[in-house]
Amino acid sequence: MLLIPCPHCGPRDETEFKYGGQAGIPYPANPAALTDAEWVEYLFLRDNPKGAWRERWVHSAGCRRWFDITRDTLTNQFESGR
Amino acid sequence: MTASRLSTGGTHIDRSSSVEFEFDGRTLTGFAGDTIASALLANGVDIVGRSIYHDRPRGIVSAGPEEPNALVQVRWPDGASEPMLPATTVMVQKGMAVSSLAGRGRVEPAGEGLALADGAEARDPGRFDSRHAHCEVLVIGGGESGRRAAAVAQVSNPEDRVLLIDADPVATGDGVRSGMTALGIYDYGYVTAVERHPTSTTEGRLWHIRARRIVIATGATERPIVFADDDRPGIMLAGAATTYVERYGVRPGERAVISTNNGTTDAVAAAIAGAGVELVATVDARAGDVVVGTSGDDSGRLTSVTVARAGGEHETVEADLLLVSGGWNPNVALWTHARGTLRFDERIAGFVPDRPGPQGRMEAVGAAAGEIEGLGEIAPTWVVPPPGPATVDAWATHYVDLGRDATVVDLQRALGAGLESIEHVKRYTTIGTGIEQGRSGGVVASAIAASILGQDVGAVGVPTFRPPTVPVSFSQLAARDRGPMLADPVRTTPIQAWHFANGAVFEDVGQWKRPRFFPRDGESMDEAVLRECAAARTGVAAMDATTLGKIDIQGPDAGTFLDRVYTNMFSTLKVGSCRYGLMCRADGMVLDDGVTSRLSADRFHMTTTTGNAAPVLDHLEEWLQTEWPELRVHATSVTEQWTTVAVVGPRAREVVATLTPDLDISNDAFPFMTWREAVIAGTPGRVFRISFSGELSFELNVPAWHGLALWEAVMAAGEPLGITPYGTEAMHVLRAEKGYPIIGQETDGTMTPQDLGMSWAVSTKKDFIGRRSHTRPDTSRADRKQLVGLLPLDSGTLLPEGAQLVALDADLEATPVPMLGHVTSSYRSAALGRTFALALVKGGRDRIGQRVLAPLVEGSIEAEIVDSVVFDPENTRRDGDPAAIEGTRRVTAAGLRAHSPLEGVELPARVRELPFLAQVDLRADPSDAALMARLTEVIGARAPTEPNTAVVSDDGTRHVLWLGPDEWLILGEPGTAPPLERALREAIGAGRGAVVDVSANRTTLSVGGPRARDLLAFGCSVDLDERRFKPGMCAQTLLARANVIIVPVGPAVEPAFRLLVRPSFAAYLAAWLSDAAVGLD
Repeated sequence: MLLIPCPHCGPRDETEFKYGGQAGIPYPANPAALTDAEWVEYLFLRDNPKGAWRERWVHSAGCRRWFDITRDTLTNQFESGR
Repeated sequence: MTASRLSTGGTHIDRSSSVEFEFDGRTLTGFAGDTIASALLANGVDIVGRSIYHDRPRGIVSAGPEEPNALVQVRWPDGASEPMLPATTVMVQKGMAVSSLAGRGRVEPAGEGLALADGAEARDPGRFDSRHAHCEVLVIGGGESGRRAAAVAQVSNPEDRVLLIDADPVATGDGVRSGMTALGIYDYGYVTAVERHPTSTTEGRLWHIRARRIVIATGATERPIVFADDDRPGIMLAGAATTYVERYGVRPGERAVISTNNGTTDAVAAAIAGAGVELVATVDARAGDVVVGTSGDDSGRLTSVTVARAGGEHETVEADLLLVSGGWNPNVALWTHARGTLRFDERIAGFVPDRPGPQGRMEAVGAAAGEIEGLGEIAPTWVVPPPGPATVDAWATHYVDLGRDATVVDLQRALGAGLESIEHVKRYTTIGTGIEQGRSGGVVASAIAASILGQDVGAVGVPTFRPPTVPVSFSQLAARDRGPMLADPVRTTPIQAWHFANGAVFEDVGQWKRPRFFPRDGESMDEAVLRECAAARTGVAAMDATTLGKIDIQGPDAGTFLDRVYTNMFSTLKVGSCRYGLMCRADGMVLDDGVTSRLSADRFHMTTTTGNAAPVLDHLEEWLQTEWPELRVHATSVTEQWTTVAVVGPRAREVVATLTPDLDISNDAFPFMTWREAVIAGTPGRVFRISFSGELSFELNVPAWHGLALWEAVMAAGEPLGITPYGTEAMHVLRAEKGYPIIGQETDGTMTPQDLGMSWAVSTKKDFIGRRSHTRPDTSRADRKQLVGLLPLDSGTLLPEGAQLVALDADLEATPVPMLGHVTSSYRSAALGRTFALALVKGGRDRIGQRVLAPLVEGSIEAEIVDSVVFDPENTRRDGDPAAIEGTRRVTAAGLRAHSPLEGVELPARVRELPFLAQVDLRADPSDAALMARLTEVIGARAPTEPNTAVVSDDGTRHVLWLGPDEWLILGEPGTAPPLERALREAIGAGRGAVVDVSANRTTLSVGGPRARDLLAFGCSVDLDERRFKPGMCAQTLLARANVIIVPVGPAVEPAFRLLVRPSFAAYLAAWLSDAAVGLD
């Protein structure tokens, strides 16, 4: 059970959150200008690193705010976690 | 072995309190405080079962959870029966019936459930619960070093909460929470522990503990030495003898041999001597002496021990007790759960904690850290070769894991098969998979494997320890989440009581219980549904549509936002109008659909499917917050603010007209796909002219607490016309006749709007989420599955939903048979007088007119592919008969009665409902100082920007709760919401913000009393400590399985909380609070 540091509400149990996958993948400004391959890259392809990983969560049972955070996939340690 | 009770002694037993119990049909007497094992020994019972595969007699080996043999079935006095409990950890109780186990056991099907071998009910009558706790320091293990660590922690930080838990049911010292066994350690200091009632395993509590720092003081477990015939009754771990003598006043035998390799048996020798056991020999590996084998009587009991002396000579010693110590294993399982590493320590010939896990905050002390008191120098001794030639057979009784009947031969076979990893060896031999999980003999197996592999035991390691550390029942883990009311919340609408009283048959839709149909006397479901459908098509019918998701969307950019979210245009929608919309994910697949209405230039009322209410709001928030923060739009759930009643059928207008005397309800003034504000039976609400059936239809909305009265008013107004309540099944049939897909039934996350034949709802003039995906090669394939209708050739035959469809000439013997698609919905139609279905068929729209086959075991069904709309394709029915209202009596009513969600519901003491409080959700940009100042003036308090805080207005009538960085909930006296909403909206003006009256969207409970915090801690993971969570704060979190807002309110003398909960969860929460309150007794 992770203890996720919500930037607003502070550390809360994982059960209060929903996961949002890799962070930092913006919606393309003009999707129509992208090739099929570029669009597929945006839609489906994600990194899977061992170590530091920037990810998104939403505190759905709390303040309902989305946020980005870095977690070490090897240790589950959050950057701002204790 | 001839064990018996000593005449004196025993720290754990109460000799004044005899306890009678049964063992294998015999009545035995023990003392209060005895374990089953100590009571058995006291009664001279030495054989406690026969081994799992080899059918060998086995005795009690240990005095703790490392017991491999003495596993028993216990039937408790209350009738509950539990299999495979270690007799060494369960205390005797008057009237318990204990049975020994033999072989592999069995579970026999009997009747409806499973019955255990002795006929006991498999249903667990146990009463378990769970509770959250928070501490700065958690010490696991109440021995000397654990108590010392706790004392040091407390002295160095007096403010800290130090929690010291210990598995022993008898407290080992002051401040020790006894009878609590830690099951596992997880991320971020999360520890689960089970607390069991000492004389019952049908009562207990699962603890969820968050600790900032953890001290592992779990001690060590003695391990055996492996030799030939090392499994006879009468052979015991040496330290267990001390325990039986000192704790239970039991003499474990008469003539003892000690086999040791370390100094801890000195104390054992002293203890048994004091109990009158004759120590006939000490076989000390440090002197080069070892036990090579044993002999027994006809029953297998130990009669003599064969010793090999250092000089090579063998001697046989008569004995009925052989006490073995091969050294001690620090109990490191919990250490490794948190990914602490281990190293092999030559000093104790065992694995000790090395580095803590990556999240740190953990240390081991005492024996758990390898500080074994009295160990002295150890002569590592793992296995003694057979006395004769070391053939394979000669190793066949060298038992390594008694619980699994695994021997050195099994290890040899595993390694001979090429397995090298100890993890693989464990799985191949099953060593360490028994109930004791390798805590005693596991390292011995590793050492033997290491010697065969020619490696160091430190390099081979031990298999990973995984939670739980001790066996725990599923019912214990489920804790309070049990039974029909508490296993999962049952969400109900305000009209539920009427449905229930009128015989509705319910179905689960997500967590909602919705009426599926309303059978009249003796009707089958088919008959009832045909009748309900006919009423909707020929007269008038009504349905509770409250569960549909509803989202208030506000802000100057609301139209722009909806244009991006929906596949079709909404910015052009006129105020007062409604439009059906489809929503896709970025991958182009349909996410949800629903009708959205324009309330004003910058405000929309969106509806979603029942199951997607929360996911759609999440989806909107995700795009608003993460992609388009520049859009001035706010979305607020109002699903439960409104009760929705659909009045459907050609005569629906007459019913609605009766209830809305002031509304111009003529077809010209109030056409299809528009909505009107209206006073409904005296209460202000909204009426939407939208249809999910193709018939004339009105959806009436009033604040939720008027919902039941609205339904009753509709039923009364419709009575002269024979209004018929209908359920979800009829709704499904009616919409399917019109070819309307249901998201989640016709779709499965892989369907595009085009697949559903809904290109008409997909704009080509704008971008929207998912549009780019609709031109991907995969989504534009001609052979994608498309939604079509199916008419079975035999009009009475119903296709099963889910049936696969193939071509008429398909070769049914081929593997695989080429599939064309599958049936998604299938019904009997009252309107068509026949069966029909919806199906997804490859290139289906081009196959209209063709036939397909549904090959089924009970006979294939042939059907014709038709358009998905099988009824009224020209939409001739949606306006009903515009002339039909002439002459309708229009009744002016005084207003609908309000019922609070918990009206008439029994609540525990000190818990009461505060119904009908005004609640207004406010969104505003906190950086707009002018705006915030205007809002402060209206509210009478400054909306707090500190998270999880609350303020009270100057006049004391309003609470303002922080819900998010730009969101607040304002609570006020009943009835004050509408003027406050208007004033706030005016204050926002052109600023960035939103205001929604959500008074009926939650109800409020007051929870008071000196133990209110304890009550909430049963279900809330937030730290409720009075120093941390006090008046002036609030928290949005989960209480059990319900979303709540918890607000501590003064005065501090007696804690009291307000709980705000959605009305649909209120009955669940009330049931949960009532159940939890019992736990406080």
